[in-house]
Formats: sequence, structure tokens, C-alpha cells
Amino acid sequence: MKIVVCVKQVASLGDEVEFTSDERDVDPDFLDYALNEWDSYATEEALRLRESSGDGEVVVATVGDEDAEEAMRRALAMGADRGIRVWGDGLAGADPITVARALAEVVRDESPDLVLAGVQSSDAVQAATGTALAELLGLPRVAVVTKIELGDGTATVHRELEGGLLDVVEVDVPCVLTIQTGINEPRYATLRAIKQAEQKPIEEREPGDLGAPAARVRRMFVPPRGEGAEMLDGEPAAIAQRIKEIVEERLR
Amino acid sequence: MSVLVVAEHVRGELRPVTLELVSAARDLGGPVAVAVVAGDPSALVEAVDVEGVDEILTVAVEPDAFETDVVQAAVEALIAEREPDAVLLGFTVDSMGYGPALAAKLGLGFASDVFALRREDGGVVAERSFYGAKVNAEVEFPGHERVVLLVRPTSWAPSAGGGGATVTEVAAPAVQSRARHRDWVEVEAGDVDITTADFLLSVGRGIGDKENLEQFEELAERMGATLSSSRPLVDAGWMPNARQVGQSGKTVKPKVYLALGISGAVQHLAGMKTSGTIVAVNSDPEAAIFNVAHYGAVADLFDVAEELEKLF
Repeated sequence: MKIVVCVKQVASLGDEVEFTSDERDVDPDFLDYALNEWDSYATEEALRLRESSGDGEVVVATVGDEDAEEAMRRALAMGADRGIRVWGDGLAGADPITVARALAEVVRDESPDLVLAGVQSSDAVQAATGTALAELLGLPRVAVVTKIELGDGTATVHRELEGGLLDVVEVDVPCVLTIQTGINEPRYATLRAIKQAEQKPIEEREPGDLGAPAARVRRMFVPPRGEGAEMLDGEPAAIAQRIKEIVEERLR
Repeated sequence: MSVLVVAEHVRGELRPVTLELVSAARDLGGPVAVAVVAGDPSALVEAVDVEGVDEILTVAVEPDAFETDVVQAAVEALIAEREPDAVLLGFTVDSMGYGPALAAKLGLGFASDVFALRREDGGVVAERSFYGAKVNAEVEFPGHERVVLLVRPTSWAPSAGGGGATVTEVAAPAVQSRARHRDWVEVEAGDVDITTADFLLSVGRGIGDKENLEQFEELAERMGATLSSSRPLVDAGWMPNARQVGQSGKTVKPKVYLALGISGAVQHLAGMKTSGTIVAVNSDPEAAIFNVAHYGAVADLFDVAEELEKLF
């Protein structure tokens, strides 16, 4: 069984932020990078499905520049077999529909039995790439999956709705599933595996026709924050005392 | 210039986000049509016939439960027929299953988790967050005459009152459903119902280790609070599902919500931001939880917890 997992290197902000001169994004000097949390669950799920089926291949695909290979190496260190990295003009800061277009060609060339992606990325929170990818590949899809049982030509999955209600869905395979956190416990890569992952192949690809972007950031800015919040200053003891007063007053 | 809103429903009940979408549509302006794609759409017509709705489009489909292929085909047909310049869906699990697909297939403008909307020079401008909700962005859709937007729940007040919209039946397109609803599974009920508690002490990733949980269970007991948590602690198996606050857990509205070590992911805030008084302690001064808190403290949560133990 061949499974393609779409992963993303995500960025997070520290305490300070400055924007690029065109104000369309955060200055990269203020960002830290990591493998998207949802994608580590998707990778783990692919590895477990491969292990339970006895054989097969897990291929990780990403859209990103050379630096993004670091996140992909994390997935390879977890046990994925090889990587494909797509990069070219029009992909820096791209919207999720454009990213799906860039992925569609390389995923199609792999003819996988199953495609997994994280529900969303922690930095953009669009929750869109996997579903858009499924459409471009002509595949059925289920978004926000917390359980997968493979059957004969179908898979039975749990789709996690708001409020914790689960929708049991029977989906035709091959398909695209977007994976929710908590579906499994992602394994830690051992130092040895991290070293071995450095030797695993990553193929570089250029995207085909990406079409018009689906959106463009005009301006990024720091939101007005804490407007209504009264900040409690002082030592922990003073903060605790104020919390006690607030709690007692509101519960009276 | 017109807006198509797609109603959301589950097990025969209209989802509250639907009436919020109507309010969002009114911010954009133009006639507003609400699509009800359901097993028996007529049963939901009255619930969506609120102020600001000009027309209700009913599409009877099988089954009533959401299936991506069925709903997507119906909405595609409505877009082709009504030619709205904006299609508004909730930023919900159902919409995540087909909204981005509509945009990819039809080449539409797209953004999700949108919390503010307006028109500028005829074009739609949406606001959304990036980087853990620490920065906001204005997003535009150059070259697109039509956009699909997934709107963040609880960002608009629900539209109410009104009534008297025109109701039009639209035939459902034939479609092969490739992902079929089979059953519902309810989340297991816990030993306690956090939605009825007056005082929640809620802990997040900041507590660091499972071994530290006991300390907060004891603190909650001393303070007379019920212990709840954000999603990561449930994912890790440290806390039961029934104690999870947020969009995929419980929506709570206690008199006091004391958040310790919770950064404030959007999905978490959606489940607690209407609490009476929100007090947040976090070591990160930029944590999004401070945006909804009434009282905030930038401090080490263990230091504060230790002091609270002395006071209660």
C-alpha cells in the first residue's frame, strides 16, 4: 500500500514581531519553524497503516523552499520512506488552493492508495489544502478524521464534528483524509533515525500551471489586544490575591 | 452583487452559525439567499427566515446527514443558477469538507476563518489571523468575481426577527456519493458536566507534564472549581473528552473561567469567550487568550498556583 502524506513546515511567532517592508507578511527573522503538529499525526497514522498492512511505502510531499526540508526530515526520521518537495515562482506565502494545485501533479504521479494531510496548519489555519487537493485529484475526501479502518475498496472513518459528535463515514478508496490531532500518539524519532533520515531521498519538483492565486494578503498588522483585559501586575502572591478577590466577588 | 449563505444543520437541528452567516452577509450587502440542503428542507425554513434574508432556496437531498459530494453538488448548482459574488459557509467541519473543493474546482477566490468582511471598490475584503492569532491580515481577491469564504463561528451576532422571505424549491442534482454517512457516535458522558459549572479552572499545555495534573485537580477542589482543559491535554490522553472546552469539545459559559497555561487557540476561544468573567494566567504576554480575558496576568502559572493554594 502506498500512502502520500502532505506536510508543511509551519512558522510561529515569538514575543516580538516586525513586518516585511510591503507589510504583506511577518519578517522571517521573527519566525521559528517546525513540522506542523497536525502533519505529525498524519505521518504517524500513515506509518501505522503501512505497518499493519505488512508492506508498502509512505511518501511525504511538501510545498516549500530548501529550508522547509528540515520539517520533512522530521517526517522521514519518524519512518517515512522518501520525500518530494515542490517549489517555484508563485509559491512563497501562497494561499491553500494554490498549494493544492502545486501538490496535485506530484501526488497524481505517485498513484497512491491513500492520501493523508493534517486538518490545518498552525500558522495559517485555513483547513483547506487537503480538501482542495482531493477535488483536483478527483478523489473522495473526508475532513477532520479521528479514526481509520481500512476495508476492501472502502475505509470506515470517524469524522469529528463540533461538540465531540462523531460521524461514522464509509468512504471509497483511494481517497484523501485530513487528520485531526489525538488520532494517535506520534512516535519520537530516535537520534539514529534522525541521522538515517539525512540519507533518505528528497526529490525536487517544479509546479505546473498554478492559475490565479485564490487570495492575496494586502496588509498584516498586530491586532489591538487586551482592550478589555485589566492586567494584574506584581509578584505571584499579589496576582493570586487579586484572583481570589475576583473569584469571590463574581461567585457571590 | 448578491450573497449565498449555506445553512448548516445536524440531526434535524439548525446550527447557530447559520444565523451568524446571515449577519455577515448583511455586512457585505446585496440580496441574501440562504440555501437549505437537507432531507426535509421545509422543516428548517422557519428557522432561517430571519431579518436580512431575501430568499430561501430549498434543496431536498438524500440522506439528510451531511455528505460532501451531495452538498457540494447542490451548492455548485445553486452558484451556477444564482451567480452570487460571495458564498458564505461556516468555518466548520462540514464546510471544510467541500468549501475549499468548490474554490479549487470553479477557480474562485477563497479564505477561511474569516471574522470581518466588507466591500471596497466593489471587491470583497476579508480579515483573518495568522501565526497563532498573533497577527491579523486584510485579504483581498484580485481577479475574482466570486469568492467562497468560511466564516469563524461566534464572530457575528445571529440575525433574528424578520421573516417573510421568498421560498424557492430547487431540484437536487444527481450525484454519486463517495463518502457515505453510516452512523452517529456520541462522545462519552463524563463524571461531571462542565457546561453547568459556575466556576471552571481550565488548564492547558502550559502545565507541561501529566504528573503536574494532580496539583491542579487539588487546586480546583480547594477553590471550589470544576477542572476542565484545552484540547492538547485531551489529545495526549491526560484529560477525558468530557472535560474539553472548545469547538470540538464543550461550549461553556461559567460565571468565572480561570485559564492557566492556555494560549487561546481560536477553537478554544470559541468555546469559552462568552463566560461571565475570564481570568487568564500565561507566561507569554502575546498569548491570544488575553484578547478575550477580562483580567490577565503574565506570570509563571506554577508560581501563581502555589500562591493560590495558600489562599484557598
